[in-house]
Amino acid sequence: MNNFQYSRARDVADAIRLLAADPAAKLIAGGTNLIDLMKENVERPSRLIDISRLPLRDIEETADGGLRIGALVPNSDLAYHPLVEQRYPLLASAILAGASAQLRNMASVGGNLMQRTRCPYFYDTATPCNKRSPGTGCSAIDGLNRNHAILGTSNSCIATNPSDMSVALAALGALVHIAGSSGQRTVALTDFHRLPDDKPHLDTNLGDGEIITAIELPPRGFARNYSYLKIRDRLSYAFALVSVAAALELEGNAISEARLALGGVAHKPWRSLEAEAALRGQAATPDHFGRAADLLLQGATAHSHNGFKIELARRAVVRTLMQAASATPQSQAHKKIA
Amino acid sequence: MADLTDQIPERIPINLVVNGARRTLEVAPWTTLLDALRDRLELTGTKKGCDHGQCGACTVLIDGRRVNSCLTLAVMKDGAEITTIEGLARDGMLHPLQQAFIDHDAFQCGYCTPGQICSAAGLLAEGRARDADEIRELMSGNLCRCGAYPNIVAAIEQAMSRS
Ligand SMILES: Cc1cc2nc3c(=O)[nH]c(=O)nc-3n(C[C@H](O)[C@H](O)[C@H](O)COP(=O)(O)OP(=O)(O)OC[C@H]3O[C@@H](n4cnc5c(N)ncnc54)[C@H](O)[C@@H]3O)c2cc1C
Ligand code: SF4
Ligand code: FES
Ligand code: FES
Repeated sequence: MNNFQYSRARDVADAIRLLAADPAAKLIAGGTNLIDLMKENVERPSRLIDISRLPLRDIEETADGGLRIGALVPNSDLAYHPLVEQRYPLLASAILAGASAQLRNMASVGGNLMQRTRCPYFYDTATPCNKRSPGTGCSAIDGLNRNHAILGTSNSCIATNPSDMSVALAALGALVHIAGSSGQRTVALTDFHRLPDDKPHLDTNLGDGEIITAIELPPRGFARNYSYLKIRDRLSYAFALVSVAAALELEGNAISEARLALGGVAHKPWRSLEAEAALRGQAATPDHFGRAADLLLQGATAHSHNGFKIELARRAVVRTLMQAASATPQSQAHKKIA
Repeated sequence: MADLTDQIPERIPINLVVNGARRTLEVAPWTTLLDALRDRLELTGTKKGCDHGQCGACTVLIDGRRVNSCLTLAVMKDGAEITTIEGLARDGMLHPLQQAFIDHDAFQCGYCTPGQICSAAGLLAEGRARDADEIRELMSGNLCRCGAYPNIVAAIEQAMSRS
């Protein structure tokens, strides 16, 4: 780890001021991603701005019946919050599918949204990587790319976003509240992360000097018909090869509303409004689910080692929608896939 | 970029309550809690396995919650209460989890054991595990290279049934 200055932010305005004063400074919340990357010399901040004591730990109901969640709420507290368990079980399930109990106790909501890719070349400072060192090239495109993206890739980068929580947030239509020196703004979670295009060093649309203050869930929680299915190389404590968040509203066996997001396949949680529209008004049958999966995966392309992900994702989408439709969501503890 | 090296603080004073005792020490900002415990406070029960959050050997309790001390900066925990494996026994009596690990022979080399036991103490406090599958899932952040998993689960079940 490089040597660095340490400041403890007194309030959000102080954090923004400290960020503006030193462009090479970084915020630190739970530390579970940043300290890891600093130990690898991938991140070398001149200063850490400790925001872990800021009062951004509340979970409160909004006027319209949604939920506002402070950026410093630990992942475990969010997953186990009674209102989240009752009204947004898809979010609780996705969070509990990620990392370990210890890490979830430390990890913050804001840090989870900002966590960086697990592409092994990004971690290995001896190899070229456009995300770590812009302009050096991408080692994964012609290298080992079994874990890499099949959707929304560019010639510069084929990395995936590793967050489980973000996949559920994308399906639920969450908003991200941001503060910066020019004031506050709000963006949809689906517009928060970006595709790599020719600037893969930028994971998100968060501006320099901005800080996430909260996320907001709209009232619709899909608490009856939902499932989060995560497929990985071992049953727990591993990143997704493919994950699916599915949420339905049913009238009898007819789908009145559908949400679908994929993780592990792109530089951001992957949602397709077309796939969701194709489900509305249809019967909840495997055929219709398969058609939605095809639409969601439209344009998927394989690299040398990750072709299996396309069919895996297709089958996982169908299975997750079936779990959601039958109100038998995937358990994150009992691992048999129903 | 300006060379800030000579302005960078090597020593920041912090207070910790470690296993019930108040400890004051000075740390560089880049000192992890794990290194502070082992190298500065000489509490070497907490182990360094991977140093990257991937094994759980460094698990301690901060304000009663289990965390990976290798991914925690000591300076960020100024004022916190830390419990390590050395702090679990009370009045000469082993913690029920320590006794259960012995009863069930829940280790081989023992390197992962302090982290397993601290993690299990956090698990019991959380109250979220009701059966063996849930114990396995909620203990997945603690790897055991000797593969003592069945006995670890049995030990935790014993402590759970008696708590
Ligand atoms: C072994 C291991 C396994 C894991 N497995 C999974 C998994 O299966 N699924 C999964 O989803 N995740 C997994 N994780 C990742 C984990 O979820 C993230 O590390 C965690 O969510 C990051 O949160 P943090 O608060 O610790 O972030 P930090 O490390 O403190 O910060 C990460 C980044 O976010 C920035 N940041 C933090 N807070 C804010 C804010 N409020 N505003 C703006 N920027 C901010 C920081 O500047 C930094 O760049 C794993 C991690 C490890 C170490
Ligand atoms: S896929 Fe992206 S992160 Fe991985 S080596 Fe290529 S540029 Fe770097
Ligand atoms: S040493 Fe901390 S998790 Fe391995
Ligand atoms: S007892 Fe040897 S690693 Fe667990």
